[in-house]
Amino acid sequence: MTGELAIDVTGVTKRFGAKTVVNQVDLQVRRGEIYGFLGPNGSGKTTFIRMLCGLLIPDAGRGTCLGFDVLTQQAEIKRQVGYMTQRFSYYEDLSIRENLDFIARIYAVPDRRAAVDRSLEQLGLANRSHQLAGQLSGGWKQRLALAASLIHTPQLLLLDEPTAGVDPKARREFWDEIHRLAATGLTVLITTHYMDEAERCHRLAYLAYGNLLARGTVAEVVASARLTTWIVRGPELAALADSLRGRPGVEQVVAFGNTLHVSGRDAALLAAAVGAVRDSRHTWTLGQAGLEDVFIGLMDAARDNFA
Amino acid sequence: MPRFTFHRLWAIVLKEFIQMRRDRVTFGMMVGIPLLQLMLFGFAINSDPRHLPTALRLGDQGPYVRTFVAALRQSDYFTVVREAATEAEAAQLLQRGEVQFVINIPEDFTRRLLRGERPTILLEADATDPAATGPAVAAARVLAGNVFDRDLQGPLVALRGRPGPVDLQVHAHYNPENITQYNIVPGLMGVVLTMTMVVITALAITRERERGTMENLLATPVRPAEVMVGKIIPYIIVGYIQVTLILLAARFLFQVPMVGSLPLLYGVAFLFITASLAVGVTFSTLAQNQLQAVQMAFFFFLPSILLSGFMFPFRGMPEWAQWIGSILPLTHFLRIVRGIMLKGSDFADIAPELWPLLLFLAVAMAIGVKRYRQTLD
Repeated sequence: MTGELAIDVTGVTKRFGAKTVVNQVDLQVRRGEIYGFLGPNGSGKTTFIRMLCGLLIPDAGRGTCLGFDVLTQQAEIKRQVGYMTQRFSYYEDLSIRENLDFIARIYAVPDRRAAVDRSLEQLGLANRSHQLAGQLSGGWKQRLALAASLIHTPQLLLLDEPTAGVDPKARREFWDEIHRLAATGLTVLITTHYMDEAERCHRLAYLAYGNLLARGTVAEVVASARLTTWIVRGPELAALADSLRGRPGVEQVVAFGNTLHVSGRDAALLAAAVGAVRDSRHTWTLGQAGLEDVFIGLMDAARDNFA
Repeated sequence: MPRFTFHRLWAIVLKEFIQMRRDRVTFGMMVGIPLLQLMLFGFAINSDPRHLPTALRLGDQGPYVRTFVAALRQSDYFTVVREAATEAEAAQLLQRGEVQFVINIPEDFTRRLLRGERPTILLEADATDPAATGPAVAAARVLAGNVFDRDLQGPLVALRGRPGPVDLQVHAHYNPENITQYNIVPGLMGVVLTMTMVVITALAITRERERGTMENLLATPVRPAEVMVGKIIPYIIVGYIQVTLILLAARFLFQVPMVGSLPLLYGVAFLFITASLAVGVTFSTLAQNQLQAVQMAFFFFLPSILLSGFMFPFRGMPEWAQWIGSILPLTHFLRIVRGIMLKGSDFADIAPELWPLLLFLAVAMAIGVKRYRQTLD
């Protein structure tokens, strides 16, 4: 089964009125892969995911999801896909067990009681099973949503910003769980804004203004951006940042705590700009561009091209 | 020191206005509901109903009878729509609600009138709704007292005045004691069902959308028909509990008679409950949020209660209002419930009221299913 594609779509396009929300996106995801989907708010990530699981019909494009046609076989796709929405979308006035039981019934899960028990056990929800979902904290709601979207043992898991508003420990546990699931052959497509999460994906894609701008492993994405980054330490970084901005070759000036990251795609032009403001009070080192620098660079470039 | 300031007050006022303007449906309802009430209360409702359909059964065609009939026609209260040949035919017209009154003139009317024997004119009324018949019966009494005055000349002058030349007997069918509860309590069944069924279902799907659970539901293999029917069935059961409660109260609390068939009533209730639920489901596919859904339900409820003949006599309304009333399911259900409970109507008697109900149900269902989308498009 390895190497087989769980998602294989080309030219997928969605328009709402005159606005093109997803534009000619091609995406191939292998089975058992954790695929990260990144991009600024409103870049079309959620819309793209909704097209994959049959909630929206693409205006153009074609392809398959788990071997089923995304244009005509939505019913088959829905049966084998687990979808965790951005906003908690289970019933707050049902208990944890009742929610799981409801979803299990809808999917006609065989041996339903045992499946619900197993799911509660696996996610550590067993002793809370009679608590109303509405009373749960963000982290527990997220666990419930994950348990519910897995109860019918889907082949593909679509997670739309699953860790928004969840504390770091719960996030780490969540990602451990995702890796454990992927190891069993489950394919996971996950959207996120967190760079540390992006780095835990096998491969990723970056979407901005509906266009797919980069994809590959973290190293490939960083390399393909060909971004040069200087890291500056020293006093009065805010004033330094102001004097750097707007100079030719300087595309990003970002403060990271006590350091300043100065980046640009044209290394020579950037070096000239840095040379003009460089003094003995600061230490300048040529560093490795981070994923975040790459994405912000891509977003700025995309705004120039598409927005 | 927390102090009341006008700039903060003004900030809140402005925000409320902006939000009010954004919610177009709510804004529309705020203007629409008063207008609707004004139209209904101002123009449609009339507690002095006139032009009530009347059937004649004339045993005598003499000039005095013609005088009486002509005076009836001119009184505004009675509109002669039929002439019944037999007593059975007249009874059926009343039973089916095709006429409000039957006026019976005996065969030897003229002869007995001239002899001063005070012949009887029998006015049979469908008194299920006492409010509808009261003014007309009063008018008939006045008429019977003085309509013949001009014809009673010479030796017959003595017949004028008290106690009058004829004896008008009023026979109030179905509700001889003119007890208002007989009319209100069966009607209440339809009103309660309309109110709860439409509101509850209107909220049911809107709530899913508002809370975001709809997206989840749509991502599962569940079909639109499954969602719709699945949401309706629990409320059908609730509706039947309401019907049973009202019937028990009618029987033991208000002593309203139950003349007709209980199974028939329960059968028809199914149709009405489903129609009301279909309206609710349709509203919930149109409304953006729960507030709008409630407003739409209210918008439907208002004409239902005012134009159906529940609060005010149906036949007292102008033609346009009767026309709107005839579309509403409650109008037909009221007639059916009153027919079965008070008149003992059988299936054949209520059949003419079933078709509009069925048609309404089909249209409401079709709109609801069409509007319910399986995608978020």
